[in-house]
Parts: sequence; C-alpha cells; structure tokens
Amino acid sequence: MWDHEIRAMASTHAIIASSVFMATVLPAVLVPGFSVYGTHLLWLYLVSGSIAAVSVAVFWLLGLTPPTKKHSLGYKLSRLFRSVLYLFLSCLFFHTVVVLYGAPLIESALETFSLAVLLTSLTTLRCLCILGPNVQAWIRVFSRHGAMSVWDTCLQITVACTLVGAWVGAFPIPLDWDRPWQVWPVSCSLGAMIGFLTGLVAAPAWIHYHRKQLTYKCK
Amino acid sequence: MKALPVLVLLLWVCALYFAGIYLFVSGFLLVRLEVNRTSTCGDVLHPAEEPVDFCRVPPRFRRVVLLVIDALKFDFARFDRSNTSPRPYENKLPVLEEAASSRPAHSRLFPFRADPPTTTMQRIKGFTTGSLPTFVDVGNNFASSAILEDNLIHQFGQTGKRLVFMGDDTWESLFPKKFHRSLPFPSFNVKDLHTVDNGILQHLYTTMVGDDWDVLVAHFLGVDHCGHRFGPDHAAMAEKLTQMDGVIRSVMERLQDDTLLVVMGDHGMTDTGDHGGESQKETDAAVFLYSPAPLFPGPPSQSEPGVVPQTDLVPTLALLLGVPIPYSSVGQVLLPLFPPHGQTGGVVGGLSQLEALWINAKQVNRFLETYSSMAEDIPPQSLSQLRAEFSRLSSEYLATVGEGRSPSPELMASLQAYLTSVRDTCRATWAQFNPLKMAAGLSILTLACLVCFISSELSHVLIGDNGPGFKAPVAVTLLAGLCAVVGQLIARGFTEMSWCVAAAAFSSELVFLWRARRARMAGIAKNGSKALKCAGWLMPHRLLTPPLLVALLRCASLLSDSYVIAEGRVVTFLVFSLALYIPIHLNWDHLLLPPSPDPLKSAGLVPPPALSPSTVRKESTTLLSCTGLLIGSVYLSLSFHGCREEQGSCQPSPFLSPLSRLQNSRLKNLHYVLSVVSLGFCTYLLRSCLRHYGNLNSSGGTVLVARCILPLLSVCLGLHWAVSATAEDSFRNLTEFISLAQLALPRAAFCLLGLGLVLIWLDPLTVFVKTRSEYSSRTSTLPPPRYRASTGISPQAELRHLIPQIYQRMRRSLDEGELSAGSEVESGPAVEAYGLGTVYSAPLLLLCGLLGIGLLLLHPEGMALSFFLLLLEMAALLHIHASSTTLSSLQGTFSGGYYVPWTTVVLWSLAATQFFHATGHLPTFPSIQWGAAFVGFPDGHTGTILPASLVTLNTFAAHILFAVACPLLLFWPLVREVRGSRGGEAFGEEGEDAVMEMRLRENPQQFSSALLQLSARYLFIHGAQVFASVCAAAILRRHLMVWKVFAPKLMFEASGFLVSSVFLLVGVTFVLRVDVAVGRWFKRLIPDASR
Repeated sequence: MWDHEIRAMASTHAIIASSVFMATVLPAVLVPGFSVYGTHLLWLYLVSGSIAAVSVAVFWLLGLTPPTKKHSLGYKLSRLFRSVLYLFLSCLFFHTVVVLYGAPLIESALETFSLAVLLTSLTTLRCLCILGPNVQAWIRVFSRHGAMSVWDTCLQITVACTLVGAWVGAFPIPLDWDRPWQVWPVSCSLGAMIGFLTGLVAAPAWIHYHRKQLTYKCK
Repeated sequence: MKALPVLVLLLWVCALYFAGIYLFVSGFLLVRLEVNRTSTCGDVLHPAEEPVDFCRVPPRFRRVVLLVIDALKFDFARFDRSNTSPRPYENKLPVLEEAASSRPAHSRLFPFRADPPTTTMQRIKGFTTGSLPTFVDVGNNFASSAILEDNLIHQFGQTGKRLVFMGDDTWESLFPKKFHRSLPFPSFNVKDLHTVDNGILQHLYTTMVGDDWDVLVAHFLGVDHCGHRFGPDHAAMAEKLTQMDGVIRSVMERLQDDTLLVVMGDHGMTDTGDHGGESQKETDAAVFLYSPAPLFPGPPSQSEPGVVPQTDLVPTLALLLGVPIPYSSVGQVLLPLFPPHGQTGGVVGGLSQLEALWINAKQVNRFLETYSSMAEDIPPQSLSQLRAEFSRLSSEYLATVGEGRSPSPELMASLQAYLTSVRDTCRATWAQFNPLKMAAGLSILTLACLVCFISSELSHVLIGDNGPGFKAPVAVTLLAGLCAVVGQLIARGFTEMSWCVAAAAFSSELVFLWRARRARMAGIAKNGSKALKCAGWLMPHRLLTPPLLVALLRCASLLSDSYVIAEGRVVTFLVFSLALYIPIHLNWDHLLLPPSPDPLKSAGLVPPPALSPSTVRKESTTLLSCTGLLIGSVYLSLSFHGCREEQGSCQPSPFLSPLSRLQNSRLKNLHYVLSVVSLGFCTYLLRSCLRHYGNLNSSGGTVLVARCILPLLSVCLGLHWAVSATAEDSFRNLTEFISLAQLALPRAAFCLLGLGLVLIWLDPLTVFVKTRSEYSSRTSTLPPPRYRASTGISPQAELRHLIPQIYQRMRRSLDEGELSAGSEVESGPAVEAYGLGTVYSAPLLLLCGLLGIGLLLLHPEGMALSFFLLLLEMAALLHIHASSTTLSSLQGTFSGGYYVPWTTVVLWSLAATQFFHATGHLPTFPSIQWGAAFVGFPDGHTGTILPASLVTLNTFAAHILFAVACPLLLFWPLVREVRGSRGGEAFGEEGEDAVMEMRLRENPQQFSSALLQLSARYLFIHGAQVFASVCAAAILRRHLMVWKVFAPKLMFEASGFLVSSVFLLVGVTFVLRVDVAVGRWFKRLIPDASR
C-alpha cells in the first residue's frame, strides 16, 4: 500500500545513517587525536552538522515540506526566519529541560548546550523538515490519531526513540565504574544517537509490518 | 459506607508487611548490647582466691609492635617451597617462613579467623575489644563511631603505656584522643594504593628507633586496596606483598628483646578482592608472632591450635603485656605462648598456662553474668549449661591448687572447652545471619506485595456485598499461629515468637489469595462486562505502563550502591520524568487541547466533544502551569540536600545548619526573614484555600483551629526561631529570659498542636448552615425532587437519593444567594450550607497543615523554605491530578468511579522520598538530625521514648505529610469539579451534578472501594521499595558496601514504611471519622428522612 514511500524512507534513512557514520569515521582517520570520548564536543558538532545538512538536503529533494501557499520571496524569507528561530528556541528548551533533569547549571553549560544542539538536530530539525514551522502541527503529530502520512508516523517513532535514548543514557552516570563514556554528556549524547539510529531502522520496519492497519486521512 | 472492612483490610496488609520486615531483619541485622564496664587492675574476679587477678605478676613483654596489614589473607602469608610457578599473590612473604623455620622458638604463623561481618571497622572493633561486633551495637554512642566498650587500646592507655598509631584513619575515629601520638592517613579512596603505606613507612622506622612508645600500631591499607582495585591475582598484588615483606624484615631487625611483634591481617578477601561476608576466603587471615626473646617453649607441636580465632588475640596480648583483659572479651588465651605449669622459671615473669586459662575463664564468666543480666538474647538453657560447667570447673581448679597437685591435662582441656563453648554461644547469638528467617521474611514480603496489588485492583470486589468475609481468614490465621506454637513446643521445648508470626502471616496470605481468586471468579460469572475489565489485570502489557515502569526503576535502583548513594538525584529524576509524562500522555490521547474542527471529527475517529473548548483550554492551562510549578519546586528542592561521605565533591545545603551557627549577621537575618516569610505563606495559603471553599464560616472546633490556632502556631514558631537564633553572648542581661523562652515557646507550640489535633478530631465538620424562615415559602418554587428513571422507590433508595437532592437544593439556593447578594428580595435562599462541598477535604487539609507546621518545628529554621516547596508541590500534584481527571472524564474516556490512577499515586509516593532528601535527610546514621530531640527540651531527657519519637518525627516528616494527605488525592478532582463545570452550566446535566464531595455520599460503596484502592496503591509502592531494599540486603550481603550503604538503607526504608503506613491509617481513619460526622449531621438536618 505504501511500498513506494517505505522504500523512499528506507533509503533516506540509510543516507542519514551513513552520514552519521562518515562524520564519526572520517575525522577519526584524518584528524590525529580525534576520538568520540576524548574530543566529544567536536564529534557532537560534526554529527549534528552533518545530520542537519543531509536531512535538509534529502527532505528538500524529496519535496516533503508542505507546499507554501504563497510563492513570494518575503513569505519564504519569513518561513526561513521562523525556522531558524524555532531551532534556536528548541535548543534553549532542551537545555532547560536537561538542566531541570539534573545537569549541572553553571559549570558544564557548554556541554549541556551541545547536547541540546544535538537533540535539536535530531528531533526539531526533522519536525521542521517534515511539517514546516508550524507548532500546531507538531503538537498534533504527537497524538494517537495525529499522523497524517507515513512520514508523520516515522517522525513519531524517531523522535520518541531519540528522546527515550537520551533519557536512558542518563542512567549510567551515577555508577562508579569510572569509564570514559560516563562523563557528562557523553552517555546521554551516545544514548540519543543510538536511539536515533534505532528509530531510523525501526520506523520503516514498523510501518512495513503494520502497513495493513495504517490508515491516514489526507490533509 | 463500609468503614470497618476498609480499615481491617489495610491494617492487615500493614501487619503482613511488618511481619515480613520483622522476620527478615531479625535474621539479617545482628544486634548486641554493649556492656559499658571496664576492667581494672584492682578487679577481683569471682570465685576469688587471690587478692587481684590481672596485674599480679610482672609482664613478659614491655612493648609490642602491631603491624596490621589490611586483608592479609592466609594464602598470601603461606610459603610453599614446592610451588615452582607461584601466582602473583603466592610466596611473596618468604620472611615469615624463614623466621618460623630458622627460629622456631621465636616465631609462629597461624591462620587467623575473623568473624563476619568482615569489614575493616568491625574487625578493628573485634580484635581490640575481643568481642564479636555486630551491625548494630546498641550502646550509648549511637551518634558517633567511637568505641566506648572496654578495649585493648583503652587498657594500654590506662596502665600508662604510650600508644603510637599510624595508618588507616578509621582508628582515629574509633579511638579519638586515645593515642599518645597518631599519624592517620585517609582511607577512603580505594583506588589509591600507596598514600597510606608510604605515609606509614616515612615514620615507622624512626619511631621504632626512638624510645617514646610502648605500643606501636601501624595499619597498612595497600594490600586491601589492591585487592579491591585489581583483585589478588594481579602483578600489583605481588609488588605490594613484596613491599610488605621488606617492611616486616626491617621491623624485625629493629626489635629489642622486650618487644613482641604481631603481624596480622584483619580479614581475607574473595577471589575478586572483595570482603564483608562470611565465606572462608574472607574470614581466614594470617597472624604472625615474633620476638627476639624466646617466645614459645618449643617447636610447633601437635597440640597447637590449627586456627586462631581473631578474638583470641585480645586476652593473649593483655596477659603478655600485663594489662587487664577487656571486660567484654570472649577470647581464649593462646596457650602455646605461655609456659606449662611448673616451668615458669625458665621465662622471666609471666603466667603459666593454667593460671592464664583460669584468669581468662573467670573474666569470661564475669562478662557472661553481666551480659545475661542486661539482655536476654542468649538462650536460657545454654546459659544455664555454661554456668553449671563453670562452677564444676572452678571447684575442681580450687581443689587442685589448694592441694598443690600438678593440674591434670583434663582440667586444662575442659577449661579450654568451656571458653570455646562460651564463644560459640555468643557467636550463634550475635554474629551469624539466620538464612531461614531471612528467606521466610522475604517470601512473606513477596506475598504481601502481591496481596497489596491484588487488593488495590480488586477493591470493588473486596468491598462489594459478595466480598470475602473476615471470620474464616482470622480463624485460619489464629489456628496457624497456634499450630506453630504447639509444634515448636513439641519439637524443641520452647517457642520463638517470630516463627508463630511467620506461620500466621503466611497462612493468612494464602487464604486471602485463594479467596480473592474465588471472589473474582464469582464476579466474572455474575456479570460478563466486568469480566473483560478484570480479566487482564495481571497481563504484562497492563503492568508495564510508564508509571509502574518508573516505580520498577525506582525499586531496581535500590539494588546498586551508586544509586542508593545518589538516591536524592535519582528520585528527582524519576519525578521529573513522570511529571512530564502526564501532559505528553494526555496529548497523545487528544485530551490536552480542545479538538479543532478539522476533518478528524467528520471522519468519526474522535467522538464529538462533550465539553466546550474554553473549559478544556482552561483545564489544560491549569494542568500545564501546575506541571511547571511542580517541576520548578522539585528543581528548587534539590538545593536542600545533605551530603553523604561517599559523595566526594558535595557541599551540604547552607540551609541545613541552624541559624545560631551562622556567623555573618546579615546572612542570618536574610535566612530568618526567608524562613518566616515562607512559613507565613504556608499558613496564608492554607487559610485562603479553606476560606475559598467556604469552610471558615461555622463556629465548630475545626474552624477555631483554622482561625486561631494555626496562626498562633506560626507566630510561636517564628518567635522560637528568633530566640534560638540569638548568639550565646549577645543580650547578656536577657539570658534568663531567653532560656525561658527557649523552653516555653516550643512547648507552647506542642500544646497548641495537641489542642488543635484534638479539636479537629472531636468536631471535624466545617459546614455552616443558615436557615431563613422568611424565605421558606420560596422553596416551593424549586423544582420537585427528581428521581432518575431507573430507580425503584424502595425506602433505602429513596433515602439515598434524597440526600443529594437536599444538598442540591441547598446548593442552588446558595448559588442564588451569592448571585443576588445585593437584591435579597428577588430570590432568597432557603437553606445555606457553606463548605459542604469540601466537607471531607477541608479538615484533612487542616490536619496536614497543623502536622506540617508541627514537624517544621523539629527541623532547622532553613527548612521552612523546603516545607513551603513541599506544600507547593503537593498542591501542584493535586491540581494536576484533578485537571487530568476532569480532562479525561469530560471527553468520554471516564471509567466511572473515583479511582486514582497509578501515575498520580507513584508520583505522590516518589515525592515523599524526594522530600525526605530535600529536608536534609539521608539514609545513613550519622546524618540523623539529633537536634530534633532537644526542641523544647534543651536540658535533655530522662527517658528514651520521647526523644526517639521526636527524632523519628523529624526524620520521616515528608513520609508523614504525604501519607496523611494521601486521601486528598481522592477528593481533589471532586473539589475542583465545581469550577470546571460552573463555567459550563449550559451543559445541563453537568451543571446539575456539580455536588463536589457529596458525590461520595451518593455512592458509599464506591467511596469505600476507592479509598481502599488508593491506600492499597500507596502502600504497594512503598512496600515494593521496602521489598527491593530487603532483596538488596539479602542478595548483596557479602558486598563491600553492605554495612555502609545497604543495611542502613534497609533500616531507613523499613522505618519509613512503618511511619508511612501508620500515618496513612491515621489519614484514612480520619476520613472515616469525618464520614460518620457528616452522617450524623444529615440525620440531624433531616429527622424525617432518617427514620
């Protein structure tokens, strides 16, 4: 029923996942002294950047972004401005939530903010790409019958996986194992990343196996 | 409503938990009474045949060097020549073997068996007092770790020996100010292998060469830390042991003839390098004795002991150095170190074997007599056997000595046997886990959790008309208990209470489970619709909902020491997660936002809304803002946490120290003002809430409490803080007045509190009725009572529907009265009843407020802020619960009844734990706020019950408040309901039914079952936590941290559960009391209807 879209989704996800892979492996080969733990923030920014670039490009090419009613340049510019604003606000939002969850308030603010940037690029950016800068639609998507297309369902799954991954990633921090990945925010960002990759795999698979049950209202 | 079954069921569930905890704890926690007497040289031991016993003959040694190598396992010390490829820990201490073989009369190596628990502090206690330390040594020094019991160090100091100590700083805290000179080094960092050892080595040799010491104690930690870090089978261990070999060699070279060297390990280690438990690998250490002067009469013989118990070192060292044996030592002298009878001439001074044994036996007998007169935990029949044996031995000994005969070997052997049997009796009493009791406790607890869960899920069946009765289970329980008594009497000749309790609890649980199953089956058979609802209540997908998952995570976190250490943060994290889950879940179910008129509705996916969008928007705004408030107060509450010693870089909250300790006066004033302001806010919020719902109009006792006593109490508290914050030396001329005020103000507050509680209990109604006869004709204009169509008009049913009708009539006239306050002539009310809608919650709220302020009195002043946050969080939680219930009920997914969902209950109970931490408490004994015992009693107490209860109230303040306030969760959606639907009066039915808490009287059956369910759920969450910490203690009883982390956590969790359940019962009883009062009130109001 949704075969075409599922295939498109799978290939998109493969591209995104490979970009994560490249952003991890290429610098490790090329840049001396680069490692995921040691230069964690650098890795974090590289991955966020590459995911952002790749998803924007891919979703733009796919033409998923809801069609704009007006084609004037001013309208497009205002959309772009709104998108950037939303991204920034979402960074602040994630930062606040993470601090409320117990991250240190002052001393490692940079690390916390980097994690917020990663979470933004994994979740908010995707929402922007698929739904456009429309908060109402975002809230609508995250409800039981809110998904209006295969891509909305996919968005639900990946975002939930990412956030749950980051949440679970906080669990090992208090343990006294003294591992390099227990340092703030390594475990959380790794958790978010693993959750995101899981979501990338799980979303097409889940949709594929439930394609008979899925019914969407067209917009 | 059925009050009795609810109370009985809850009481029984609590009793089950208590029985399980009691059984487990009595098998796990080893308790011993400390005898606080000390031996002196002048002591005369019974039976006296000599003027003095201990210091009679000149000592054999003047000085002793005690090298304690932590975790020196016997395997490390043994040297095996035939072993050609030794492992890293083998054959690394050749010096011991060399000395033992080359100078057999000077040295000897023994296996040295410690008693569990094999942790360093307990072991140091063991080999200095000669007793068997347990986890809880009940004595006078509960607050500090110093040893007050008689011990070797004390005796050395007493006889004028100069003690020099270096090494593990545990000694410094165990024996403060006992050392002539001491060089402690930090022992906390297990990763650090060298600091302590190198520190010792810098000073050891120079000290030994000097002459300002008689007893030198050096405690090396490197081997133990190496074991913890790398395990024994590691190259680092070889290096460390080789270093120790060198140390022993150098010490031996520097010894003089009058000096004894003891090299010993305090415990062993497992193959992974841990210790704390009771396996042979952990208990078997090594002891090596050496002296340049001949120490032993001959080379090792067959008669020498194979294994030396650790306690035996104490009497041996004491008699060799000529000091009294510590009072509570149960050790036995090491005979090979003493010359046989009649050969004392060869050695300078000293006692013969027989004399040493005799003094030892008399001392042990004296301790046994003293101990058994103080405590009764030694079984009476073994005690009487030991007494008979001693009197037989003493008459035999006296006869032998009196006649001047040489002693028979049998006498020595039986003296030794006597000492051994005393030690074994004591060990059986104090130093062994009782696995059978632990297992029984664990299984009773498991079943209790199951019972609690089932009774919460099946509450309507249990309370219903066909629910299981109580007579048969009670009979079975009593019968089982009796059987246990009789069985024990027949089999063993005496009874132990705990096993009877176990049998009774276990059988009653089984009977309950069986009957609950039958009742459920009956319920399913009766009506099929319910069957669908009940059938899946134990299915995994229903159990793995996020709230229960969070509760499960919380329980799992109790199994790891790191999470227990970080418990405050962990609980806060979980509270956050669950608080965020509520709006997300509502949004997922399309309940948070008013459904927009979009294609969804036309498609029929969503049922048409039953509520106007504005109401939904209002409710969801309340919900979201309350979530914000909740999160904010939870975050702020993090700044009131205390610090455990395990948390390295942690600063305890500045609000925790009492104001009088603050030096900076500006800061002091700021703190004081903050505290008073938050106290004032608490009082104001409570009062304004009561006034808002019209509960302050009548003239009953409760209203008096709310109007006068509550503010007075706050004023008292504020003044008390001001007085207690004054510095010692300021206001010199007012000293007497200040000390009087320090005494009087808290006591006045206590009295006011007691008075308030009594008044609330006696007259809990806050309803104000006003009948205006001149308008009574108007009542005819009200619509006649409407009965619902389905109701058959039996007298019972009529009564049941009459009450809400009357209430509605009163309410309507009240509404009209409010509307037309200016123009009374228009429509006058017939009967006005203010505050009827909150008749249950208002007194409960007031009770909580009183209790909260009373508990605040026991805390440091700064905690007022934390209590204010607690109040805010409670209010936020109640509002969130109310709004989410309204949102889900008004949009069609309402399940009927007043059931409180798991999410709220889990949040509520997690909040109790969270505020346990946020009021500066920690689950460790040193962090108990002992100051609470002296509030209002600055000169101390005479008894122990009053201070103990004050400290308990202080420690579990958060548990108490949340437990008492728990029934509010049931009432709050009803209280808030009126505002939700008053706006939507246009909806007809919704507006008509807005009777707030009177709904509960319409449906007494549902009321009781909902109350039972709520309480059972709350008990279940707390009980599951107790169960988890019991499991942690049982599984990890050999863990390194068991006595430091898990056992205290178990104690706190268990006592927290005890306090919570008691106060939950208080809350439920209070609600039932109000219910009775409301029933009476209605009867008085409607004499005809009541018949």
